Amino acid sequence: MNITNEEIKLRFSTKEYMQPPHGFCPGCGVALTLRYFLKAMGGNVVLVMPPGCTSPSVLNPKRSLVSGDRYIDVICSPFGSTAIFAGGIKSGLVARGDLKTQVVAWAGDGATFDIGLSGVSGAAERNEDIIYVCNDNEAYMNTGNQRSSATPIGATTTTNPPPGTKHESKKDIMWIMMGHQIPYAATSTIAYPDDLMGKVRKAKDIKGFRFFHFLAPCVPGWGFRTEQTVKLSRFAVQTGLFPLYEMENGAVSINKKRKSVKLEEFTKLQRRYKFLGKEGLAALEGFVDQQWNRLNRLAGTDGDAVSS
Amino acid sequence: MIKVLTGNEAAAYGALLCKPEVVCAYPITPQSRIPEQIAEFYAQGIMGGKFVNVESEMAALGYVTGAALSGVRVFTATSSQGLAWMHEGLHWAAGSRLPIVMVNVNRPMGAPWNLTCDQTDSLSQRDTGWMQFYCESNQEIIDTVIQAYRISESLCIPAMVCMDGVYLSYLSETMDIPEQIQVDEYLPPYRPEHKIPGGGYKLYDKSPSFSEPLGSDFMRDRYNLHELESQCVQTAVDSDEAFFRTFGRRYPPVEEYKSRAADVVVVISGSAAGTCRYVVDCMREEGYSVGMVKIRMFRPFPKELLRQALAGKNKIAVIERDISVGQCGIFYQEIKWAMSGFKETGQIYGFIAGLGGADITSGLIRDAIMSTINSPSPDRDVYWLGLDI
Repeated sequence: MNITNEEIKLRFSTKEYMQPPHGFCPGCGVALTLRYFLKAMGGNVVLVMPPGCTSPSVLNPKRSLVSGDRYIDVICSPFGSTAIFAGGIKSGLVARGDLKTQVVAWAGDGATFDIGLSGVSGAAERNEDIIYVCNDNEAYMNTGNQRSSATPIGATTTTNPPPGTKHESKKDIMWIMMGHQIPYAATSTIAYPDDLMGKVRKAKDIKGFRFFHFLAPCVPGWGFRTEQTVKLSRFAVQTGLFPLYEMENGAVSINKKRKSVKLEEFTKLQRRYKFLGKEGLAALEGFVDQQWNRLNRLAGTDGDAVSS
Repeated sequence: MIKVLTGNEAAAYGALLCKPEVVCAYPITPQSRIPEQIAEFYAQGIMGGKFVNVESEMAALGYVTGAALSGVRVFTATSSQGLAWMHEGLHWAAGSRLPIVMVNVNRPMGAPWNLTCDQTDSLSQRDTGWMQFYCESNQEIIDTVIQAYRISESLCIPAMVCMDGVYLSYLSETMDIPEQIQVDEYLPPYRPEHKIPGGGYKLYDKSPSFSEPLGSDFMRDRYNLHELESQCVQTAVDSDEAFFRTFGRRYPPVEEYKSRAADVVVVISGSAAGTCRYVVDCMREEGYSVGMVKIRMFRPFPKELLRQALAGKNKIAVIERDISVGQCGIFYQEIKWAMSGFKETGQIYGFIAGLGGADITSGLIRDAIMSTINSPSPDRDVYWLGLDI
C-alpha cells in the first residue's frame, strides 16, 4: 500500500460526512473509523447496519451522517443479515438502473465473526458487488461487552468474567474471507489514517466483494483512558497483534512491519487484560508469533524483519 | 394457454408472468421445483431481472427484502423449516412495509422429519403481519400469485401464497395460464417513488423509520400497519373482482359452497376443500342439509365475511390440517374468535386431520360431518380424525 499525496490531502481535508451530535462514546475507535472511511468513500453510499454500536450512534439523538444537503442512507438490518441485505439492495439498485451508488455493509465483530458469518460467506461466494466492513472491537460492545469469537485470548468480558479469561484464540476472519477468492480484502486501523483511507479509495474502484477488517479500540469494553484510543490502535499493529495487510486477487502484501513494542506495553493499558497473568501473556505472545509467521509465509516475506 | 403443471410449476409460472426483478430462493422439499423452474426460465432467456442462489432461507428472504427496499418487485418461495428459518425476516419485511410475495409449500415442522403436508408451518407465522392465502388447486395457485402482487403492492403489505405440500406441489393438473398481455394490464409495473422527507434518496418510499432516529415512532408504525390490514380483505375482494373481469375466474376470501341453505357447514381450507366439495355433493344427494365454507384468506382474518357465511347455521365442523399443540386447531381458534359475540352462531366442532401428510379422504370428511350431526353439542376442543385413540 503506497500512501499517495491524495491520502495525505484527504486526512487534512475539511470535507466531513459526520456531523455532531452523534451517540458514540468519547474516544470511540469506531467513530474515527467511520469518519475516515466516509472521507475516502464519499457520500454516494447506502450504509447497511445490523444492531451494533454504529446504527444507534449515527441515528440517535439525531442523524449524524450527511452528504451535502442530504442525509446518507442508513438501512437497518436484522443482526445476521447485513451482507444479505446489502447484496439485495445492490441488486435492486442495479435493476433500477443505478450503477453508481456503493452499497456498504457496516457491521461489528459479532455480526461478522458470529451470527452473520453464513451471510458474509454467501455474499463473498457470489462475489456481490458490495463493500463489507467489519469494525472489530473484539466483543459484543453495544450490549455491554459480551464475549464474541473475535475476543482475544486472555481477555475478560462480562460473559467470561474475572478472574477467568478467554482461553480460545481469536478467530481469523481475514483467512476465512481470503479463502473465498474475493478480489480484495484488507486490514487497517485508525492509528494509520492514510493507510485506511488509501485502502478504501482503492477498494472503491474494484468491482465485486471487498472486505475490510478494521480494529477499533473500545474505551468501556477494553477499559482504557479515552485519550489512548489511537495509541492502542498503533500498539496493536506494532506488537504484531493486528498486522496491516491486504490481499488483491490472491496476492498478499504486508503493509507495516512489526516493531519491537512488547505485548505487555499494549495489555497493561487495558482493564480487560487485568487477569492475563504470565501464562496468559505467553499464550497471547504465542498467538501473535504464529499469526505473524503464517502471514509472512503467505506474503513470501521475512517474518523477522523489523522496520525502524 | 392450456398446460399440465404441478403446483410448484404453477407458482413459478405465476412469478414469471408478474415479472419480478429480483428472485431469490433456497431449495427445500417439497418446494425445490419452484426455484428450479424459475432458474430454467432464466436459462431459457424468457425471464428478465436476476435470479440469485443464496445460502439459506434467511438469506433468500433477506436478499429480496434488500431488493424490495430499493423499490423493485421481488419473489421468493420456501416451505416449513425454511419458513421458520425466515421467521425474523418475516416480521422485518412486514414492519418495513415491503410488498414481497412469497409462496410457501405447506409441510410439517420437525421433529420428527416429515416431507409431506401440514399447514402448521405458515399458520404459526400468523402474527408476523403477512397476508396469507391458502390455495385449493394449481389454477388457484398461479392466479393467487398474480392477485397477491396487486393486493400487496396497493397496500405495501407482504403476502404469502400457501399450497399444500405433495397434494398440490407434486400434483399435475390441467390449467389455463393467463396471457401475459392480460397480466400486464391487471398488474402494472411497480416503481415506487421516493418520498421520505429530508431523506433525499430513492430507497423505498413508504418504509417507516429506516432513516429516522431509531424507534422514533414504533407504536405509530404498528398502529398504521394494523389499521391498513383492516383494508386487506376489501382490497382482496376488489382485486378478485377485477381478476374475474379479466380472466373469468374468482376466488373470494371466504367461499360459500352450497352452504346458503345448509344446516351443517364444514369450514375447510387448502387442497382438502376439493374433496369436501365432492362429499357435500354426495351427501346433498342423500338428503343431508350440508354445505361447505372455504377459507382462502387467513390473514388478515376475514371475520365479517365469515360471519355472513356462517350466520344462522346450526352446526359448524372445522376440519383442518394443523394444530396449536396443547390448545386446538388454529382455524378453529380463529373461527371461535370470529364468531364470539355474534348472535347468530351455532355450535362449533374442531376436527384435526391429515397431520404429517395423512390423506383427508372423503370418508374422513363424511365421518366428521356425521359425528357433528349426531352429537348434541361439542364436548371437547379437538376431535382427531383418522386416528385410533
